Amino acid sequence: MLARTADNIYWVSRYLERADFLARLIEASSRISALPTAYAAKQDEWTSVLIASGADETFPDHFEVANEANVTAYLAFDARNPSSIRNCIQFARTNARAVRTAVTVEMWEHINSAWLKLKNFESQHPEPTAIDREALNGFLDFVKETSSLYDGHGYRTMLRNDVYFFARLGVSLERADNTARVLDVKYQLLLPENETVGGSVDYFQWSTILRSVSALTAYHWVYRESIKPWNVADLLILRPEMPRSLLSCYGEVVRWLDAIGNQYGRHGAAQRQARAIKRKLEGASIKEIFQSGLHEFVDGFITETNGLASAIAEQYLLG
Amino acid sequence: MSQFFDEMTNGAAEPRALYRRIAEWLRSAPPELLDARREQAEILFRKIGITFAVYGDKEAAERLIPFDIIPRLLGRDEWTRLEAGLVQRVKALNMFLTDIYGRQEIIKAGLIPQDLIFRNECYRPEMQGRRAPHDIWTHIAGIDIVRIDDEDFYVLEDNCRTPSGVSYMLEDREMMMRLLPGLFAQHAVLPVDNYPDNLLASLRSAAPPHCPGDPCIVILTPGQFNSAYYEHSFLADKLGVELVEGRDLTVRDDIVYMRTTEGEKRVDVIYRRVDDDFLDPLVFRPDSVLGAAGLMGAYLAGNVTLANAPGAGLADDKAVYTYMPEIIRFYLGEDAKLKNVRTWRCREPDALKYVLEHLSELVVKEVNGSGGYGMLVGPHASKEQIETFRQKLLRDPDGFIAQPTLSLSTCPTSLPGGVAPRHVDLRPFVLCGADGVRIVPGGLTRVALKEGSLVVNSSQGGGTKDTWVLADNAK
Repeated sequence: MLARTADNIYWVSRYLERADFLARLIEASSRISALPTAYAAKQDEWTSVLIASGADETFPDHFEVANEANVTAYLAFDARNPSSIRNCIQFARTNARAVRTAVTVEMWEHINSAWLKLKNFESQHPEPTAIDREALNGFLDFVKETSSLYDGHGYRTMLRNDVYFFARLGVSLERADNTARVLDVKYQLLLPENETVGGSVDYFQWSTILRSVSALTAYHWVYRESIKPWNVADLLILRPEMPRSLLSCYGEVVRWLDAIGNQYGRHGAAQRQARAIKRKLEGASIKEIFQSGLHEFVDGFITETNGLASAIAEQYLLG
Repeated sequence: MSQFFDEMTNGAAEPRALYRRIAEWLRSAPPELLDARREQAEILFRKIGITFAVYGDKEAAERLIPFDIIPRLLGRDEWTRLEAGLVQRVKALNMFLTDIYGRQEIIKAGLIPQDLIFRNECYRPEMQGRRAPHDIWTHIAGIDIVRIDDEDFYVLEDNCRTPSGVSYMLEDREMMMRLLPGLFAQHAVLPVDNYPDNLLASLRSAAPPHCPGDPCIVILTPGQFNSAYYEHSFLADKLGVELVEGRDLTVRDDIVYMRTTEGEKRVDVIYRRVDDDFLDPLVFRPDSVLGAAGLMGAYLAGNVTLANAPGAGLADDKAVYTYMPEIIRFYLGEDAKLKNVRTWRCREPDALKYVLEHLSELVVKEVNGSGGYGMLVGPHASKEQIETFRQKLLRDPDGFIAQPTLSLSTCPTSLPGGVAPRHVDLRPFVLCGADGVRIVPGGLTRVALKEGSLVVNSSQGGGTKDTWVLADNAK
């Protein structure tokens, strides 16, 4: 397979996974900002959303106030934000078009239709900061559906060869990165002392974290008790059955990298690094993580994941 | 309407036998049905992403070629005649190129003026004295055919470089089977879907003679901003071969490799959809990033087949076109089965004089132009346009040919205002492999949607139709 094809297919997956994450993040944050001020966050919700999405550095170039209308417009619809949802969909479509032969007809037609719908939505809503909640919710549902259907079409129609493995690898790696970003922004809410301080107010914060990675229902099934911050951290970092936990994502990353290595008959730095990160997660306990510092742990994880992404590019994608 | 040959009615009250069922269907189908199908077709084409880019048109970076849902029909005997003519013509084109880049017998025989070849922009001196693998220069040819009566087929032009449109031939058929399955089933339409298999077989047979094992075939595209990118990706998918760009290729020791996730892989056959000029910056345009440095070296060393061969464009030059009847007679000892449209070579003083006197009646074309760019359609041109062309002609008479305004045949076409006759042409695709010539029955019918217009090019507002060659003339 062409190195460029692998690169494109991997990035289509990453962009669509990122779009899905941003949609969930905006949804969860609008919920909490709709609460009466007594429940409102200690930390400014919309600033933390900007940080979690990596848009905090460029946002001030275009807007003065980090309020709901501005942040939502910037994250969802702004063409000037390289990681906005609309750009993720557009880049995914451009990448897919560049490798039309690598995706199946179903996947291509789906991503192409999504792009056409996006353009249609934009022509109906020329002013992003004026989009009402109803239209926004409709749009966010459309985004989540776009990512799910692309995944689903791939699952149902793709040959199980390196093309598929690179597509899955992109999803897993992006997902790991997204979960880590949420943890990185919200870590202080999850520290044990919050339990006594926060009480019912923090309940909404914790549930927002869970919602942003679509884990609220899963939490109840796994722990069968009210939301405790260390359980939230445990669920998002170490639980193998939670599809967006760091460990679960790395299980996938290792799986797909091994599949690629096996097909090519050669394993390299990417496989070694991925396995090392996974082993570290498997050996960790939530108690130790808190003792040595949740923030430091997550920070280290993000750095290692970036290192792995470079190793993958070096080994396979740059050619 | 009577001055044109209408392929359905031929000017009579009753349709030609071939079109009987189509005529019945058009009579009985409610206009809303045609409108609905036309809209459905547009939605489907957009969804599939069958688009093309129009150069110099920023507004519509990706446009649809309009699709007409009324098929264009050819009878089995009509097709048989046409097919024989196409095979003859493409054989002669390949022999001509072999000769020109070889012994140049046709020039020695005084049949073609020397300067027409050597001063031609499409002539590649780099290829002089070289042979293309298996003496095939034009592996994929698109021969543009027009009709003016129910007898003869005329060749409007030969396309021997990188003819496009075959994806529309295939997608139009899919669309017809999807949108009008009933009408389709009433006709015994000969299939075209084996075109990709034929193309693959032709390319495989054209691999370098000493190529070890199963040849690695790729399609070389300029990239996704090229106007025909959809077709490139479509063909790669149907053939099951990699769609590469210049940056995916590297040449070492006269061997071409593509960069893959497993390192470099040797390439044996390149179906290139990149023009000669951009193939290799070391030999042709130094600023090109669309090809690969060293590609020509690998080709000349016999380590890779380029389809079509560099220099093949010489044969579709509009000035060379005028000599096709002589070319066919010279190499094959036969009369041309397909007619040439009468053509004035403006390089000849008498012809130039005639053309300048009759500009408002003639179609004037640039010898090296393509795609309907840079041509004058006299009867539809303004006084200013005619004056501009007069100056162009006087400045560079060698650069132009002129033809009479042809009474192109018409076919019934579904338009927003109802069904009306519109002018059409036909581009069948002829494949040449080391093992013979392959043609699927049909081709791309292009239709000029504007009333009275004779320009069918998609870049100039033309549309397409599915072309049905029927197994029997009247089922």
